Amino acid sequence: MNLPKIKHSMNLSLTEKLLNFFLLLSGLAIFTIHFFKEMLVPPYEIEETKKQMYDFGLKSLPIVGTMGIIIGFVLALQSYFILEPFGATDFIPASVGISILREFAPILTALLFAGRVSSGIGAEIGSMKVTEQIDAMEVSGTNPFKFLVVTRVIATTFILPLLTIYVIFISLLGSFLALLIEEQMNLIYFFNSVTSFLDLGDISAGLIKTFFFGFIVGIVGAFQGYTTEGGTVGVGRSTTTSVVISSLLILLVDMILVKISMIL
Amino acid sequence: MMDSILLNIENVSKSFDRNKVLKNISVNVYKGENLVIFGRSGTGKSVLLKLIVKLLEPDSGNIFYRNKNLNSLSAKEIIQIRKHIGFLFQSGALYDSMSVRENLAFPLKKIFNLSEKEIIEKINKTLELVGLVSAIDKMPAELSGGMRKRIALARTIITEPELILYDEPTTGLDPITSKEISELILSLQHQLKMTSVVVTHDLICAEIIADRVIFLKDGEIYKEGLFDEIKQSNDLFIRNFFSAKILKDVGVSDV
Repeated sequence: MNLPKIKHSMNLSLTEKLLNFFLLLSGLAIFTIHFFKEMLVPPYEIEETKKQMYDFGLKSLPIVGTMGIIIGFVLALQSYFILEPFGATDFIPASVGISILREFAPILTALLFAGRVSSGIGAEIGSMKVTEQIDAMEVSGTNPFKFLVVTRVIATTFILPLLTIYVIFISLLGSFLALLIEEQMNLIYFFNSVTSFLDLGDISAGLIKTFFFGFIVGIVGAFQGYTTEGGTVGVGRSTTTSVVISSLLILLVDMILVKISMIL
Repeated sequence: MMDSILLNIENVSKSFDRNKVLKNISVNVYKGENLVIFGRSGTGKSVLLKLIVKLLEPDSGNIFYRNKNLNSLSAKEIIQIRKHIGFLFQSGALYDSMSVRENLAFPLKKIFNLSEKEIIEKINKTLELVGLVSAIDKMPAELSGGMRKRIALARTIITEPELILYDEPTTGLDPITSKEISELILSLQHQLKMTSVVVTHDLICAEIIADRVIFLKDGEIYKEGLFDEIKQSNDLFIRNFFSAKILKDVGVSDV
């Protein structure tokens, strides 16, 4: 796998920065193709994949859960203050439910996951690169790309949808708490109100895109880590760039997928 | 003598950008010997080791391991060759996220089809050899520089490779630990009957380990011979190297 070399310097001209951006995108594309090639060929590092899923998933639960309950609570509260003067508070569970399911839970979980996991992957693989640990793996008869990259990308791709489902439930709980405080709303009424307005399309539209977001988080972090150069400064750069690029790509892909889902 | 050649490096050159690091190097490594490659920092010693395990590709020339040309082997065949070669990295390159036990188990799991019990036995035996059984559950961050080197050495020898490549095994260690590590390398080499190629600029290490010395200068072989022969050389550059004078004071570029 020959990746294009990106020039790092404090004094780059605008043209050089633009060139770097396209080199980065082409490098990411080559890296992604290589990922699919390696993923399909045995041996499969199943143990390491499970370990990474456990790490990324379980350790993200507190942060995404906290975010979920706050988002749900605030969304319901905001809606309450808007709809209450019109006496339309009955619509709050459904409207909040749809917003959470279709957009808020997938995108916010993905962005938080990118901040926590993409940077972590970038930093871990990057520091392994600059301290010769990847070389050590290679000379000990292991394919480091399979062991470090394939395992982590598969883990992020499949763990983010699960985290999103968890966030959906937590956010709905947050919304219910807000309405319980403001409206003394009954849980069964809340539940029925949410489910009666939702259909399979809302659930699939929200969840399918999280596989793409999870893949972006993993592949961008791994790419940045694997191409780290320049010692600890390079590791810092990879960590930051991982979060920035994966967050931007998540937003961009979200926009494209929403547009596609509307056409379909 | 020819049939006892394990590694044959033939006219190998390597450049990075415009910097020619190795220029037409030819070296034979014989079975069972300890070859020390000597030279100042930046003369391409570590690059030569990385070429041997194909972490880097030569620009020109060939490297033969057991008469097999590494340039013509497939990726799978290279992995097979690597199973016979150990590499001790300058930094130790211990896996930070794994304990000492996991670090040592890693190459065993990847190369051999051993049971858990056999792996544990092998780990204990190897840690005994390097005198660090007590460190088995420690993480690399908890180890001192000397301990890290010993554990890295243990991870390198645990698969019982035929050839070990040592990249500056004593760098960053105090003279006493440096001497201990060098003696440990020599004793392990005798016990396990391995062939060694040691890259270093540490005189004490070279004196303890070397059967034969190759002196590199500016990417070329400058001198070759027994350690004592090299040490007693009248050559100004080598004499200055051994007396650890700052070479620029005597005008190295003119030597």
